[in-house]
Amino acid sequence: MNYIQLDLIDLAIAGSLVLLNGGLSLVLHLQLERQLLIATGRMIVQLLLVGFVLTTLFSTMSPLWTGFAALAMILFAGREIMARQERRLAGLWSYGLGTSCMLVAATLVTVFALTTQVRPDPWYHPRYGLPLLGMILGNTMTGISLGLHTLTTALVRERDGIEAQLSLGATRNLALLPATRSAMRSALMPIVNAMAATGLVALPGMMTGQILAGVEPTEAVKYQLLIMFLIAGGTGLGSLAAVMGGAYRLTDGRHRLRLDRLSPSADNS
Amino acid sequence: MLSVRALRHGSLASTTFDLADGECLVAQGPSGSGKTLLLRAIADLDPCEGTVLLDGHSREVIHAPRWRRLVTYISTSPGWWCEKVGPHFADWSAALPLLTALGLPEECGGWPIQRLSTGERQRLGLIRALLLRPRVLLLDEPTSGLDVPAVAAVEDLVISHFNTGASGVWVSHDDAQARRIARRRLVLENGNAKESML
Repeated sequence: MNYIQLDLIDLAIAGSLVLLNGGLSLVLHLQLERQLLIATGRMIVQLLLVGFVLTTLFSTMSPLWTGFAALAMILFAGREIMARQERRLAGLWSYGLGTSCMLVAATLVTVFALTTQVRPDPWYHPRYGLPLLGMILGNTMTGISLGLHTLTTALVRERDGIEAQLSLGATRNLALLPATRSAMRSALMPIVNAMAATGLVALPGMMTGQILAGVEPTEAVKYQLLIMFLIAGGTGLGSLAAVMGGAYRLTDGRHRLRLDRLSPSADNS
Repeated sequence: MLSVRALRHGSLASTTFDLADGECLVAQGPSGSGKTLLLRAIADLDPCEGTVLLDGHSREVIHAPRWRRLVTYISTSPGWWCEKVGPHFADWSAALPLLTALGLPEECGGWPIQRLSTGERQRLGLIRALLLRPRVLLLDEPTSGLDVPAVAAVEDLVISHFNTGASGVWVSHDDAQARRIARRRLVLENGNAKESML
């Protein structure tokens, strides 16, 4: 592979564009300078750290440390799911449900890809496992948060209709069906849209990256297709589990709607 | 026979009463005294303390959806889950005689829920529940949004169900209505549930 290395001077020249934004903010009184500075700083530190961590992981090749890195990614993504919820489940469920569904779905799909399609040697090679997991996680996270958000919103909004059905002897599955359906639809909508628009509206980031690194476009396309299929699988599995789990938690064995299990401090998010 | 033993839920005082088949009990009390909570608790829609039995069988041994078909709660503002009236009824043709009895036109099955008045919603919500032929009706001010002729029609229809052996707990603010539909009254007040004759 032949790719063009960048040095610090190249980055500094490109970074001047951010300074330009800062200047714009000052001139136009956008009051974005502070945020811009913090965001740029965070990005630099975070990416340098990730680069350092990945380099270390690639050289040690330890399945244990690769596993820890993967777990840390999943835990951060779980926090993100929780932060995006307008109405959270009360107690440990608010963090636990989204995180555990993502853990299972993303791990399953990543291991599936590593052992049957990509097949690096060894199969847990961090150069393959971590980027794949990262891309699957990012999208599964979006699906799960959208699904849970739609579910809780629908249950609160449609409470009267759901309780009317329950009063008339419907089971909780039947009474919640419209809500769980629309939750699944909104969870899957981004990946459906992304698949439809890919290649026409935007060149996907991973494919672009591989092309810049000197990979033949047709080969890069194959990788992109693989990753889109994996993302679709992870999003589907993860959101299904999260929506079912949420519906289960917000009802009980006596087929009651239990909105009291939503956190009362819902407005603080 | 429905037996309610030491039922407690939120602001509702510990409530105990028996209700024979064909009998109606009127529940009265100021707002916030727990009348709606009482009905919801009997229908097992909220977690609560106490015992409720139907013919001596504790409701815990009965599958909850089946319990609610036997002991059916009818909200004062019934909820809806489809856009139009018709799909809320399992068998629209069975509803036709009841629609006529309550002064609703047969073609209202095609009406959007949005367009219904409060009174139309109450009457359709009642019909929806009566079609299940529940053993016990839990009626939460079913005539609050109705004009005088419609009130009489609803009372006649529900009383005809009592005459077939169904029983009911009827929340009503109206003393004259209470005397028309029931002989016993349960007053929820100051954290007490007291029963008296009408």
